[in-house]
Amino acid sequence: MSLWEYANPVKFLGLSARVQPFLWAAAAICMVVGLVWGFFVTPDDYRQGSTVKIIYLHVPAALMAINAWFMMLVASLIWLIRRHHVSALAAKAAAPVGITMTLIALVTGAIWGQPMWGTWWAWDPRLTSFLILFLFYLGYIALWEAVEDPDTAADLTSVLCLVGSVFAVLSRYAVKFWNQGLHQGTSVPVATGGRTVSDVFFYPLALSMVGFGLLFLALVLYRTGTEIRLRRARALLARRKKDI
Amino acid sequence: MIALLHRDLMLAFRAGGGFGLGLAFFLIVTVLVPFSVGPQSELLSTIAPGVLWLGALLACLLSLDRLLALDFEDGTLDLLATAPLPLEAALSIKALSHWLTTGLPLVLAAPILGLMLNLEPDGYLWLIASLGLGTPALSVIGAFGAALTVGIKRGGLLMSLLVLPLYVPTLIFGAEAARRGAMGLDGTTPLILLAGITLGTIALMPFASAAVLRMTLR
Repeated sequence: MSLWEYANPVKFLGLSARVQPFLWAAAAICMVVGLVWGFFVTPDDYRQGSTVKIIYLHVPAALMAINAWFMMLVASLIWLIRRHHVSALAAKAAAPVGITMTLIALVTGAIWGQPMWGTWWAWDPRLTSFLILFLFYLGYIALWEAVEDPDTAADLTSVLCLVGSVFAVLSRYAVKFWNQGLHQGTSVPVATGGRTVSDVFFYPLALSMVGFGLLFLALVLYRTGTEIRLRRARALLARRKKDI
Repeated sequence: MIALLHRDLMLAFRAGGGFGLGLAFFLIVTVLVPFSVGPQSELLSTIAPGVLWLGALLACLLSLDRLLALDFEDGTLDLLATAPLPLEAALSIKALSHWLTTGLPLVLAAPILGLMLNLEPDGYLWLIASLGLGTPALSVIGAFGAALTVGIKRGGLLMSLLVLPLYVPTLIFGAEAARRGAMGLDGTTPLILLAGITLGTIALMPFASAAVLRMTLR
């Protein structure tokens, strides 16, 4: 019994069909509880007022925007090294979810920035790197759409994902060098554990983060299943054409 | 390798006018800027380093689709892929010839256009240094973009979408060095980082480009 058994599309679809109901339910529970708790139960911040509640959408979306790219990177590597089609399709399926998360983070950030910083947009390193990440997602999806042969498309997009990751990290440090900004550093550092968010805000936030993570997982499984079935349908059509 | 370089340079000089095109584009972009932002010389001298860098970057981008597309159409690339010369080396040579015919003329023309944009006297040396160090990276990264989209019909616009985000670090450090120089500050730090990016891309990008090209030609 190894993980690689699920490179077989049938096994993968079977497992994902069994796991998905639980994933959807868990994601829904975490998000509903986390967001309702965050929006209606927590007190207003004494300086930010009620705008602080955007944090329950903004932070989890930003977290998943980066993790989605990381997941695509791992899936691309698996495709390039072991050539499992499910892996390539999972990377393809994750990209639109990732770009949506990036967009949510950018838009909620702008809505939060307007009352707090007095501006919708500033050329701050964090904001700018997210915009660049958005452009990378856009290029990745466009390349998938443009190449006709599915295997070549998977190859090319995988390499683009690898090269893009390197350049995304480079850009991150370049924009930091270029402009010091308005955005605060992380308030929930996992490595040091010295968080600056009070417990009142932190528990619903953590729940909402888990919820977004589960939602991402469920969406990717669902979309990967769709991609696999789409490819199967195309193969069947092609075979029927040949018979006629 | 030298024969390939010679052939590419000859093609660029004699056939199709690819040589002067980037330069002419650079000239036009720079001439259009005062029309769009107004002729105040103070404003122009503030934005001059950034405009010149952006113009050079766009001129490089414009000439990228010639880098591989013609050779792909007439089958030269298939021959190169099966030749004893590694594809990585062939692509490095192609990037070099692209730089010699596009990047180098831009570097040489930039001071003259800087004069038209009222660039500060201190800035010329920094501008030439940053462009001279940065444009090779633009050519090498561009070769990757060209290899990625060479098999796609009408891939020009897609290539811009893929290549422009990859140009971000180069542009930031290059324009920052030129800007600091023009303001009379010391631009050594961004210049060193720019040189690092250029050397790193020259060393690594040909492998990615060759890998991608092999996938397309397969």
